Amino acid sequence: MRFWIGMAITFAAACGIVAFVNFDYLFFAGYTILMFVMLATAWNILGGYAGYVNFGTPAFFGLGAYTAAVLYKAFALPLPLQILAAAAMSGLLGLVAGVLTMRLRGIFFAIATIALVVIMETLFINWRYAGGATGLQLLRPALTPPFESYIKMLFLLMAGMVLASIALARYIERSWLGRGLRALRDSEEAAECSGVPTLRLKLFACTVSGALMGACGAPMPMYLSFIEPASTFNLNYAIGALASPMIGGTAHWLGPVIGALILSTLQQIVTVTISSEMNVLVIGVLLVVFIVAAPDGILGLYKKIMAAIRK
Amino acid sequence: MRLLSFAAGILFSALALAQQGPIKIGMSMPQTGSLGAGGKAALLALHMWVEDINAKGGLLGRKVELIAYDDQTNPALTPAIYTKLLDVDKVDLLIAPYGTVPTAPIMPLVKQRDLLLMGNFSFQANHTVKHDKWFNNAPWNNASSWSDGFFEIGKKQGAKTVAFLAADNEFAQNLANGARELAKKAGLQTVYNQNYPPATTDFSSLIRGVRAAKPDMVFVMSYPNDSVAIVRAVNEIGVGESVKLFGGGMVGLQFTPIMESLGSSLNGIVNYNSYVPGIKYPGIEEFLQRYSKRAVEAKVDPLGFYLPPFNYAIGQMLEQAINGTKGLDQKKLAEYLHTHEMKTIVGPIKYGPDGEWAAPRVVQAQFRGVADKNMEQFRQAGKQVVLYPETYKTGEVVAPFEKARK
Amino acid sequence: MSFDLLLEAVLFGILLGCFYAAVSMGLSVSFGLLDVPHVAHPAIMVLGAYCTWVLGRWGIDPILAGVILTAPFFLLGMAVYRFYYEAFEKRGSEAGVRGIAFFFGVALIIEVGLILGFGVDQRMVEAAYIGKSLSFGDIRLPMRTLAVFGVALAMSAVLTLYMSKTFTGRAIKAVAQDEPALRLMGANPVRIKQWAFGIATAAAALGGAMLIVIGPVDPGMDRVYIGRTFAVVVLAGLGSMTGTIAAGLVLGISESIVLIHPDLGASWAPAVSFTLLLVVLGVRPQGLFGR
Repeated sequence: MRFWIGMAITFAAACGIVAFVNFDYLFFAGYTILMFVMLATAWNILGGYAGYVNFGTPAFFGLGAYTAAVLYKAFALPLPLQILAAAAMSGLLGLVAGVLTMRLRGIFFAIATIALVVIMETLFINWRYAGGATGLQLLRPALTPPFESYIKMLFLLMAGMVLASIALARYIERSWLGRGLRALRDSEEAAECSGVPTLRLKLFACTVSGALMGACGAPMPMYLSFIEPASTFNLNYAIGALASPMIGGTAHWLGPVIGALILSTLQQIVTVTISSEMNVLVIGVLLVVFIVAAPDGILGLYKKIMAAIRK
Repeated sequence: MRLLSFAAGILFSALALAQQGPIKIGMSMPQTGSLGAGGKAALLALHMWVEDINAKGGLLGRKVELIAYDDQTNPALTPAIYTKLLDVDKVDLLIAPYGTVPTAPIMPLVKQRDLLLMGNFSFQANHTVKHDKWFNNAPWNNASSWSDGFFEIGKKQGAKTVAFLAADNEFAQNLANGARELAKKAGLQTVYNQNYPPATTDFSSLIRGVRAAKPDMVFVMSYPNDSVAIVRAVNEIGVGESVKLFGGGMVGLQFTPIMESLGSSLNGIVNYNSYVPGIKYPGIEEFLQRYSKRAVEAKVDPLGFYLPPFNYAIGQMLEQAINGTKGLDQKKLAEYLHTHEMKTIVGPIKYGPDGEWAAPRVVQAQFRGVADKNMEQFRQAGKQVVLYPETYKTGEVVAPFEKARK
Repeated sequence: MSFDLLLEAVLFGILLGCFYAAVSMGLSVSFGLLDVPHVAHPAIMVLGAYCTWVLGRWGIDPILAGVILTAPFFLLGMAVYRFYYEAFEKRGSEAGVRGIAFFFGVALIIEVGLILGFGVDQRMVEAAYIGKSLSFGDIRLPMRTLAVFGVALAMSAVLTLYMSKTFTGRAIKAVAQDEPALRLMGANPVRIKQWAFGIATAAAALGGAMLIVIGPVDPGMDRVYIGRTFAVVVLAGLGSMTGTIAAGLVLGISESIVLIHPDLGASWAPAVSFTLLLVVLGVRPQGLFGR
């Protein structure tokens, strides 16, 4: 119950900010941060709960973005429908990746996801209708009231999607699905022997994770009014989606959220202060340090500290 | 420390400043990523303009301040950067980043807020949004303005067939589409037409394909790294006896470090440029001398023929518009820029209604007699013989291509 | 498509393929035999390429530089494996996810470190054999690919012989097949694995030298080579040295032919290795000569 109250309060806060604050930069930066929270949460469903590392976040994210862009260009589809279509396409891609590597070990799934990014990127570079390498410039549709600016609407939309993803992740985590995924992560063989439908759970996690990433990507073309392959399939999404849960903690839905909030805010600040590469280096080092020294992430550290205090 | 100044910056901006502060010009400039090398040289030129202006007493009696962030040639970063420039840094005027790819995403933003934007060597960035306060500083306007010269020269040599080799990026593809149209109109037959992904490092297979098609002209549209690799591949494998003309739209062959390292392999190539020594624009030689000293210190392109003069010219145009309208009103500035011809160190500039140069001035020049490992040779006129346009011509083309390379 | 063009493409593909095989051999050992999820292998190779460039600035021939670098990189490899073992392998299966993520982090750090140290621009080396080509009639083969072909063959021969003829080599194969048995026979599997990983890393260094001879390098190149090396290793069948050569040739020739294909052309060339990989994973995951 507390969770739902927390969700409601957060959403109300977002609405409040949108209604009363008139500082566009906040919404631009905030949108990006929220986006990474959603990507991290989506990643964690497969990576944290099931233990299948996904390097290919840009493939799913980018496919979602391009699906939305192409549908908008062809049919002037409204944004909610774009999001649904994007989720469907990326979910399908997740399913395919899962099926291809079904009976193989986790490392092959990880390599397959890298392959997906390159193939997706090559596909869209060569598709003239979607802009090809040149990219596509898109004009935003007219605003619907009560929103005063498009970016505010996008911000609120993304806030809503983030909260929905978190709720979904939490539901999966606490249900039999979560238990099955955890069993699968700990030992696939043992899980199978105990009757856990590992194959179906794997495919389920792949699909859901992919779908959420695709949905996250869908508003991107509207955010930029522009889409082109190189930046859409950028490695940064892979890094952010992977590092955030690893740093925040993979076992609980709060982990990716904390990790993404910290990392993404850090990135936003560094983009306009120090150099960009230094920022990636910092994340890389943090990632390695946490993986080695604090395998349960910040949440794990917090638990340890709490336990030590109680003693 | 930077975090503190960032926070302090927001705080101070939030407390309304007195009007008599400096005039702030904001932009992002790629200083890393594929356009980083060019961007750094361009930024130096802009800084030089700001210093020159402030030495003269500033504009409208106020000092000029330039705020520039690094957008890493990444279009996903520019909307956030430009919103910050406007809302947090509260800049008075905007200049676009160098290149089309980082510029494209901010077009809707400036249109929505009805702001003046000075374009920086981009290509057709305004053709969808059609903003009326856009002024691109580049010597071309549409695709044919770029490739016209090359095809003219080829026609005079009696070329009947053409091969296209283009990078898969926005600039090369826009250019390629226009060039293919031109070729069709000129009645040339396309015998080879290939795009390649931007990360390609080995061109031997592609050059092999070009050679096998036996074209009369080879029109290449490439970015710096590919341009280098292509020149090297041509050197290794050769394009065949049939080729009369090779080059056209290769970016990078204007950058000093590249010219120096390629040396004699450049000979015979006919390529576009914005300025080569020998063209008499008023004030450019003096600027380049000053720039050269600063560039060596700052470790950027020491000769600076390609971008720096154009960026300096952006500053000059802003100066003339601001002094002409005696204010910073975006609408009046735009009107001034649309109706006046401005004098700059890259010659007189007049704008068409779409915000591009009304009269293009893309130079096509042929490399001749270039020796290896000698940067200074490029300062003299004659290493790049201007073939087009007629007004600036300094020599005749040497063809076929293989002959010109000896 | 003329026959000459096709022939030239196939020849070029063979040369290139041998190069791909050579740079993948290290991965064949570390991933194929030792089961280490070494996605940082191409990054180490690129690091080797940059070290070669640095040595080149002091006038050292790139291939010689590559050979020189094998020693320090061998030691580096041993150290990395030791660290990996202590931090992950010892602690059991959870290590799977974290091991992969760890190497991903390492690759990232190497890539960004190179950018910070050398900038994003490409680096090239110069040598007597770079820039010229050998002609047979209308066919022209660049000397740099011939040089690398030679080195690749030599390296493959050395590694294959080592793995089959020497004691340590066979111990490495044994540790891959049956670790408990090896332990029972008195050999320390961890030391052997360390040694093997060192060899793999040394091979990566020489691979890096070859890489910069073949063409210019930039810090982001490791990404496309992840596809190529893993495609070769998976297609070969994990752990098979001879398989690696065959798989390398398949990849090299496919890429070369796609490059001259009038419709597919260069736009699809980088996707060839990854597509091949996915196909192999889907259709015959044990590869050509898999164990």
